[in-house]
Amino acid sequence: MANDALALAGIDAFYGDSHVLHGVSFVLGAARLLGLLGRNGAGKTTCMNVTMGMLRPRRGTVTLFGQAIAGRAPEDIAMSGIALVPQGRRIFRSLTVRENLLVAARQPQANGAHAPWTFDTVYATFPRLKERQNQVAGYLSGGEQQMLAIGRALMANPRVLLMDEPSEGLAPQIVAEVMATIRRLKEQGLSIILVEQNAKLVFDIADDIVILNSGRVAVAGTTDALRRGGVDLHQHLGIY
Amino acid sequence: MNLWLLLAINSITFGGLLFLLSAGFSLIFGLMRIPNLTHGSMFMLGAYVGASMVMTFHLPFWIGAAIAALTVAVFGGLIERLLLRRLAGAEQAQVLVTLGISLIVADFCLMVWTGDPISVATPPGLVGGVRFVDLFFPTYRIAIILIACVIGALLWVLLDRTRLGAMIRAGVDDPQMARVVGIRVSRLFTIVFCLGAALAGFGGIMGAPILSVYPGLDNDMLPLALVVVILGGTGSLLGSLVGSFVIGFIYNYGQALFPELAYFVLFLPMVVVLVLRPQGLFGKQAP
Repeated sequence: MANDALALAGIDAFYGDSHVLHGVSFVLGAARLLGLLGRNGAGKTTCMNVTMGMLRPRRGTVTLFGQAIAGRAPEDIAMSGIALVPQGRRIFRSLTVRENLLVAARQPQANGAHAPWTFDTVYATFPRLKERQNQVAGYLSGGEQQMLAIGRALMANPRVLLMDEPSEGLAPQIVAEVMATIRRLKEQGLSIILVEQNAKLVFDIADDIVILNSGRVAVAGTTDALRRGGVDLHQHLGIY
Repeated sequence: MNLWLLLAINSITFGGLLFLLSAGFSLIFGLMRIPNLTHGSMFMLGAYVGASMVMTFHLPFWIGAAIAALTVAVFGGLIERLLLRRLAGAEQAQVLVTLGISLIVADFCLMVWTGDPISVATPPGLVGGVRFVDLFFPTYRIAIILIACVIGALLWVLLDRTRLGAMIRAGVDDPQMARVVGIRVSRLFTIVFCLGAALAGFGGIMGAPILSVYPGLDNDMLPLALVVVILGGTGSLLGSLVGSFVIGFIYNYGQALFPELAYFVLFLPMVVVLVLRPQGLFGKQAP
């Protein structure tokens, strides 16, 4: 579909012999924000790994704006316009803040909707990073590392942004800041998948929601529809 | 001329050669974690190829040196792509494979260049010496020291001040994440390996007018590279530079003063450093 930014279809994925994704399919619409929820071990991060080419799916397809990308090398997938803010942040610890941004910098593809991300715009979004641009990234606080991980992803000027538990391990105030940033990115027309354990955060911000349970899509729909339909979060997420 | 001073000049010169050898070793070992035991062979191969270019084909010394460095770079690239690539992370296998290749290279050199030592003429223009007050400094040795310092500075700029260098370091920090960010880690590592090999080959031909070229040169040089890198700290250019000059001094003075204890004197500081500061004098612990 022309309006689909990213689509996973019938993904089966394994870690060794253990079957972690069972025919997972969902679609991220262009310029929409999809919240991907699920318990620990439900397969959320695996979906990210499959999308970025870190894990090759055994079956199924991944398409980015209509272009099949499953099975390609991670660097090729990155070049085609997806960026990941990974779980655990995984900034390059021995590089400076500036170098972390530098190594990821890429020119936007021609049809970029908004002004391209540069050092200036990333620093304007995260002033803390500018203050610390010459510091070694490994010494940043958790919140600063998260900002750096987001900034690094933006420097690639992606069309689709995957964020894997950006709130993990952060103080509530920092989480609020991160969420505000995500909302701004969405308003700028970026298509975003937000992986979270915290359902409330996702219901506040997402357009669409997919809930994974034991490697299968248990629930999928727009946030409004799920709110109206009163989906049983307790059953799928173990929370109220 | 004063024996001590002569030894000092020789030590610094030898330090310069050791730097060319060990900077590459440190890059490959420190960045890619590959214990490249062919590094001594690369030094020797560079020396032999360069010697042939200069002495047999009568090419100008520097062109011969460039061909030597290039040849060894290609050789290194082939080893990395065809063999080491398949053994990523398997250090024991890497040790065995690189050791095996070094034996093959040694026999190959014996076959091609025979067992007779080859002496290489000092490049014209650098023959003789410079007189300073009442001291006499051989020009070629001064040139080696300068070249080593220039190459050290260039390497530092490349690794610490360029985007390519930052990408290489990112690839070392977290190879998988680097790929996800869009860095072609595998290509970068091949470049690093070729660069390290080229430096070793270049060091070989640079050293040839002083050391001459002979079977066993590889085994003379490899332990020195190991000592330098362990002393200075793996992956640290500054460590390689300081370590090279320290070992240059220890090696020359040791051989002159306690010839029967030369290896003991050489390896003692390494053992002390390993016990007291396992990351080496200039090695960083990851934050």
